Amino acid sequence: MTEPTTVGSGGPVNPGPPPRRREEGARAALIAFFSTLIFFGLVIWAVLTSPAWPRVQQQFFNPQRFAASFPAILHGFWLDIKMFLVAEVVILTLSLAIAMIRALRGPAFFPLRVLAVTFIDIFRGIPVILLILLLGFGVPALQLPGLPRNALFWGLTALIISYSAYTAEVYRAGIESVHESQRMSARALGLTQGQALRYVIVPQAIRNVIPALLNGFVSLQKDVALVLVLGIREAVREADIYAAKTFNYTGYIGATVLFLVVSIPAARFTDWYTERDRRRRQAVSV
Amino acid sequence: MNKLELRKVCKAFGDKQVLEDVDLAVAPHEVVCLIGSSGSGKSTILKCIDLLQPIDRGAVLLDGVAITADGVNQNQVREDIGIVFQSFNLFPHMTVLDNITLGPRRVHGVPKPEAEDRAVELLDRFDLSDKIREYPDKLSGGQQQRVAIVRALASEPSLMLFDEVTSALDPELVAEVLDVIRDLKDEGMTMVIATHEMGFARDVANQVCFLDGGRILEHGSPAEIFTNPREARTQQFLQRIIDAGRL
Repeated sequence: MTEPTTVGSGGPVNPGPPPRRREEGARAALIAFFSTLIFFGLVIWAVLTSPAWPRVQQQFFNPQRFAASFPAILHGFWLDIKMFLVAEVVILTLSLAIAMIRALRGPAFFPLRVLAVTFIDIFRGIPVILLILLLGFGVPALQLPGLPRNALFWGLTALIISYSAYTAEVYRAGIESVHESQRMSARALGLTQGQALRYVIVPQAIRNVIPALLNGFVSLQKDVALVLVLGIREAVREADIYAAKTFNYTGYIGATVLFLVVSIPAARFTDWYTERDRRRRQAVSV
Repeated sequence: MNKLELRKVCKAFGDKQVLEDVDLAVAPHEVVCLIGSSGSGKSTILKCIDLLQPIDRGAVLLDGVAITADGVNQNQVREDIGIVFQSFNLFPHMTVLDNITLGPRRVHGVPKPEAEDRAVELLDRFDLSDKIREYPDKLSGGQQQRVAIVRALASEPSLMLFDEVTSALDPELVAEVLDVIRDLKDEGMTMVIATHEMGFARDVANQVCFLDGGRILEHGSPAEIFTNPREARTQQFLQRIIDAGRL
């Protein structure tokens, strides 16, 4: 060997990407831009020139209809958002409690664990829409004193129960992803089982499942619309009412736009967060 | 009275007997080193003492009280015993300071400022005062292990257990951790140490126990065990260590 070799961190300083590679990057971006432009240009042109387009436009993309239907739909959408926020807070808390109960060890906690598992099994197994119908129409019909008869209340309760069962399993996966030695160290300090969970296991577990939780947010944000079957006038219901009155479906497009305006940024945020989290972990493990 | 006593302790994992009739007596301020090959039961003894593993038969006595008996508050027992593991096991989501104050604050109910003052004092003593606000993953293995020792000491235990605390460290970081244990010996801490560092065991121990297949095959002063072992298995084990250049 004639050339001296460098070892370890004393190696050559990275001079950054060579100019050639930077040029290639710019070219790639340009190609991507124009190919996208051409592709979508062709698609839009094909749609707009098809013989069916005028009728489709009349029925779904009618500006006057849009303007006429939109205020009521927006008003309904605000109810969707409020339902989502209330439900999400309750779901995150309730499901964490269920997951923690499920994670307790020892024979003394057996009945509690059975209760948690039963809850999860049953409510994860029922379609959300069926649960909404069951609670929303069923419980008020019982006319039990002391129970609210409000459809909105029971619709939300059904969503909360169903999503809590799912989310409890997400948390459980997180709790199980924390290494056993962490629990042992916490116990060795004299912490009780509950304290070990609360201060040591759960904070790490939550961090591990945040991407999965965010994914659940996106899903719930759309599923709140299901309470329309109870006659609650949220966005989709308002669009439905408009369509029934006018035989025009532009209202559905209005509702679609509103849901997308919220769910697309939420989905992008989830991706961004997951990617950042993945990079951080890799940085640590190197 | 002995600080710690094991009486005919037996422990099995399924069909595998990992501890068989283990007897051990540790006097106050005594340092006992457990040596033997991997799987001989050293770690299991320590975990049984700290009640992290239930024993099948026998008894463990701390200050003359049977802590393995039914109805004993295990959390209270663990408060009085500090244990340090091979893999540090610091809590990665907490700063060094929070790692150390967790036990005193949540178990002993020490107010936060007081717990933090005490933690800072301990960190100072072990040359870690510049790491107070760091997260564990920013520390070297030797620093993490020293923090783990400080965390165990923060609850002011009267007995310390060390489970091969230098086995996961780079060779040049071993000394800083062993020095901390030597300091503790000078202060009179009672300790049970499972270790592969024979030179250290010979130095620091009052009593050395050689474990083989879940039994304490022989025990005695370091001089007896290291220079004049009686059992053939002990001789064989030490010969291998010497051949490997580790003693």
